[in-house]
Amino acid sequence: MILFDYSRASSVADAIAAARQPGSAFLAAGTNLVDLMKGGVTNPERVIDITRLPGLSGIEARADGSLRIGALARNSDVADDPHVARTYPMVAEALLAGASAQLRNAATVGGNLMQRTRCQYFTDAVSPCNKRQPGSGCAALGHATRIHAVQGWSEHCIATHPSDFCVPLAALDASVEIEGQGGKRSVKLTEFHLLPGDHPERETVLEPGELVTALTLPAEAAQFAGNARYLKVRDRTSYAFAVVSAAAALTLDGGRIGQARLAFGGLALKPWRVPEAEGSLAGKAPSPEAFAEAARIALDSAKPTGEANAFKVELARRVAVRALTSAAAGTPARIPALPASPFGLV
Amino acid sequence: MTSTIEPTRHGSSIGQPLTRRDGPLKVKGQARFAADNLPPGTLHAALCVAKIARGRVKSLDVAAAEAHPGVVKVMTPENAPKLAKDPDLKDVPFTFRIDVLQNDHVRYANQPIAVVIAQTLEAATEGARLLAPTYEEETPRIGLDSGEVFTPDSVGVGAPAEQVDGDVEAGLAAAAKTFTGTYETPAQYHNAMEPHAAVASWDGDKLSLFMPTQGLAIAQGRLGALFGIKPTDIHIESPYLGGGFGSKGVPAGPQVLACMAAKLVGKPVKLVPTRSQMYGPMGHRGPTRQTLRLGADGAGKLTALDHHILTASSSFDDFFEPAGRVTTTLYASQATAIRHEAVRLDTGTPLFMRAPGEASGSVAIESALDELAFDLNMDPLEFRLANYAEVEPFSGKPFSSKALRECYARGAQAFGWAGRPLKPRQTRDKDGFLVGTGMGTATFPALIFEGMARAEIRADGSGTVEIGALDMGQGAWTALAQIAADGLGLGMEALTFRMGSSDLPNAGIAGGSGHTATAGNAIHAAAKDVIDQLTALAVNDQASPLFGAGNAGVTAAGGRLTRRDDPSRSESFADILTRAGKAAVEGKGKAGADPAAQNSYAMHAHGAVFAEVKVDPDLGQVRVSRLVGAFAAGRIINPHLVRSQYYGGMIWGLSFALHERAEMDPRTGRFLNDNLAEYHVPVNADIPPMEAILVAEEDSVVNALGVKGVGEIGITGTAGAIANAVWHATGVRVRDIPITLDKLLG
Amino acid sequence: MTIPIRLTLNGKPHAIDLDDPRITLLDLLRERLGLTGAKKGCDRGQCGACTVLVDGRRINACLQLAVSLDGAEVLTIEGLSEGDALHPVQAAFIAHDGFQCGFCTPGQIMSAVGLIREGRAGTDPERIREGMSGNLCRCGAYAGILEAVKDASARMEPREDAA
Repeated sequence: MILFDYSRASSVADAIAAARQPGSAFLAAGTNLVDLMKGGVTNPERVIDITRLPGLSGIEARADGSLRIGALARNSDVADDPHVARTYPMVAEALLAGASAQLRNAATVGGNLMQRTRCQYFTDAVSPCNKRQPGSGCAALGHATRIHAVQGWSEHCIATHPSDFCVPLAALDASVEIEGQGGKRSVKLTEFHLLPGDHPERETVLEPGELVTALTLPAEAAQFAGNARYLKVRDRTSYAFAVVSAAAALTLDGGRIGQARLAFGGLALKPWRVPEAEGSLAGKAPSPEAFAEAARIALDSAKPTGEANAFKVELARRVAVRALTSAAAGTPARIPALPASPFGLV
Repeated sequence: MTSTIEPTRHGSSIGQPLTRRDGPLKVKGQARFAADNLPPGTLHAALCVAKIARGRVKSLDVAAAEAHPGVVKVMTPENAPKLAKDPDLKDVPFTFRIDVLQNDHVRYANQPIAVVIAQTLEAATEGARLLAPTYEEETPRIGLDSGEVFTPDSVGVGAPAEQVDGDVEAGLAAAAKTFTGTYETPAQYHNAMEPHAAVASWDGDKLSLFMPTQGLAIAQGRLGALFGIKPTDIHIESPYLGGGFGSKGVPAGPQVLACMAAKLVGKPVKLVPTRSQMYGPMGHRGPTRQTLRLGADGAGKLTALDHHILTASSSFDDFFEPAGRVTTTLYASQATAIRHEAVRLDTGTPLFMRAPGEASGSVAIESALDELAFDLNMDPLEFRLANYAEVEPFSGKPFSSKALRECYARGAQAFGWAGRPLKPRQTRDKDGFLVGTGMGTATFPALIFEGMARAEIRADGSGTVEIGALDMGQGAWTALAQIAADGLGLGMEALTFRMGSSDLPNAGIAGGSGHTATAGNAIHAAAKDVIDQLTALAVNDQASPLFGAGNAGVTAAGGRLTRRDDPSRSESFADILTRAGKAAVEGKGKAGADPAAQNSYAMHAHGAVFAEVKVDPDLGQVRVSRLVGAFAAGRIINPHLVRSQYYGGMIWGLSFALHERAEMDPRTGRFLNDNLAEYHVPVNADIPPMEAILVAEEDSVVNALGVKGVGEIGITGTAGAIANAVWHATGVRVRDIPITLDKLLG
Repeated sequence: MTIPIRLTLNGKPHAIDLDDPRITLLDLLRERLGLTGAKKGCDRGQCGACTVLVDGRRINACLQLAVSLDGAEVLTIEGLSEGDALHPVQAAFIAHDGFQCGFCTPGQIMSAVGLIREGRAGTDPERIREGMSGNLCRCGAYAGILEAVKDASARMEPREDAA
């Protein structure tokens, strides 16, 4: 870890001003940043501690029916918030399916959005990687593994975004509140993360110095409370990144699907949402055929990056069907003992 | 029923389920592991390791590292202390080549190429990063299909690479059914939770070390030779090992580098490798590709059992996973053959890893037997019973004891094996998951090595036993003290028991599941020596109530000697010694293999493992839902701890079957998962309800105490049982271990 | 240049001058304050051996920069019991053989204390397994760990009746 300058911001304005200097990084819980600094993957010269910024850790149900979660709220606090668990159950379930209790107790909501890919060629700090070192190439391309992308990748980067939390957020049309030199703005989560394209080094829409201050879930998100699930297929029962995951949410009206939401994790460099797949379900009865059709559409554009991740396309279809089926069956009264596990879904 | 949480003490004697004597220190965080030591003035060292697998180091930016605040010195091949002996010289058995900055060659990824010594750990770590090495890289040989196949001189520790008993081809030709299958097992890494730390300080030519090791005298010998000093001038403290599993059997390169760094700077140095730096210089379980050809007659008797193994060692040293060994002891067959071949790869040298050979071989042979049993329309357990080895195959020796039939019976009963459908994919649970069951036979040799112990009883009636034994979790602090207390006829409270230091008598290596046998029998012999001397003092003294006991003999218990033929006549140790005017009597004892017994008998522990798994029919995710093992391993010193050893082994079997696999990029030889997030070992949620049945077994041949090993046998049988259960649940036979969900999607 | 911070460590206030901003809580405890109970198994938040409670919550000490914790309350394994009397979780780990080598044990125990405080698991075996999954044990003492946490949990809080 390089010897960095440490400063503690006392206000958002203070933090933003400090971050104007190049080579700056915001430190919240540090569960990802400190890990990356230890690995020499990222070497900020200035670390701006934002953990004490006032007013950024609240979870607030607002009069208009929306929910605002401060960027410094801890993952575990959000998951355990009774209103969140009741109203946005798949958000709570996704949070509880991520990492370990220790990491969730520390990690913040903003940090979760900002976490970097787990691509081995990115984290090893030496392989060619266009994210780490623009123009150096993508070492993963010639040896894709099961964690690599099958959607939205480019010849410059085939990494995936590791977050569970962002998947239901994307499905529920969450927005990200951002503050910077130029003032405040709000961006939809589905547009917050950038696909790699020609510039994998640009991972989000954040401009230098901009800070994520909050997340909001719109009032409409609450209508899915009764029929929403997050499903995460893993290589071990807990404490593992998703091989493939999906958030599925439905509104049901007289035996017909009103609205459907479907987003995937583990497939791309951002939570992957396919509006056409969601649209295909509208007005249909929640049947295996309808779900299979939606899954087919959702994976229509999928393209494996190698032999090792080819299975994820079919797996993702099945995960979608299972998540939708489970959502149709109704949100369970209590989050299962094994959150989001296939073995916890029943 | 709620269990009591007060530690139960039944008095010190063999067979009692005592809780761990080191437990209070460990639960309070007061047990001092090597890296918990920080002698005054200690500097911190960090390794810089190679990020290529083959080639040489072209440059290191020493100036950048030394310019970093706090960095004291950078140790490279340029300035590393010259060793008294080439670390690649293998003139002593049990020596492995290590990479300790004697040249600029790189032989595997994560090989140490420099050491940075600094005032603080932070400075050392950053200094190592700042070295920014450049390389001359050669194309690495990675994977079993790289390199030229050859037949090694020996496999494991001196075992033959090829063994043939009977005519396998004739057996296959005569078979009613034959089966051929090829199974692959990946490279696995020990991943003891405690890294291979060393805190080294020199006082002139004397070296003092806090260092976890599974063999104190081996480490002294190796380090003494490398530094040109007497082994007795090296003091090693290793009271607790945070797991070893074979990887701490010999000093690892980084531990030697800590000693060199301390010599270079003339101050104590603490060097703790990072987790990823443990993937390379600390050994691993070599990968295997195993082809089994089996034949059976109409009654299900094996006519042929042919086991071919392709494995890999490093480019520069020899350790060949002896996966075929298990086939030479397990089942009766008209003809049996094993043959190991190997390639050389640009990886670190493989090493013994918990059940070396047996674990890899077991999963293959137990899977193959299951496949043939199905072809024969036989129950897998019936098939194994039909081929029960009454004598050891190959050697023809009788077993010193073998309660395997009872293990099968009791395991099957506890598990509810009877009535299991033969066909796969027959059962679903109420939630729709596919359910399958499988079984496997467990076996592990009962080994004993050479070891010594010292015992003493003092005039105040108290006693001491000292031995350089090691506790890496198996429970030596407790089980050996139980043997010591019984041997001296003392209660545990009157016993001082010392171990874990190189100043104490050499107890050999804590490995091969032979440590309780070795150390235990040495203690037993030392204690007997003391009791014999006390007895002589008493029975020859007219003033003693034991005078003239003669051939009737005495027993030692409760701090007294008592006439065997007249329990009313006894005398305390204290009285005997006081009257004799002696402050203490001291005894010495040795343990070792009995060649006569070894020539006449085959000695193994045995067991049977039954597994139930659930598999998601669409998503392929697997969860083991039940594990039952029944094991017979001679006399049980402490059932509480032995059960834990079996559980631990069974969990390793689960991990072998479903989780562990080191991945490398074949283009660079770099690891893709040299960390605990991506190299998966099971977490708590992966572990089902387990049962370990301790099947009674008496063995008067194996050693004086009648103990066999329990540390490794649990893996064998379990991995195969789980693989078989997954097939039984799904109908999909995965021959490429580990069984991950992508292989079950169909 | 040092950076002063204050910590309440095992109940006692400490004023600490950090000699380096890079120091993690784990390295502060182990290398500077002599509290070596918390262990370093991976240093990257992947094993749980360094688990301690910060402001009452279990976290991985290896990923926390000490400088950022100014003002925090830290409880380590050394502060769990007083004198020879064991905390119920410690006693339960001994009774149920919830460890073998003992290296991951301080982290397991602090994690169990945190889990019981969270009130998430009660005595439900499956919830305990999940809740303890952030603590790897390579020896494979998971069965004993489960029993120990179940036992201690039952002793430390009113038994939850099935709803």
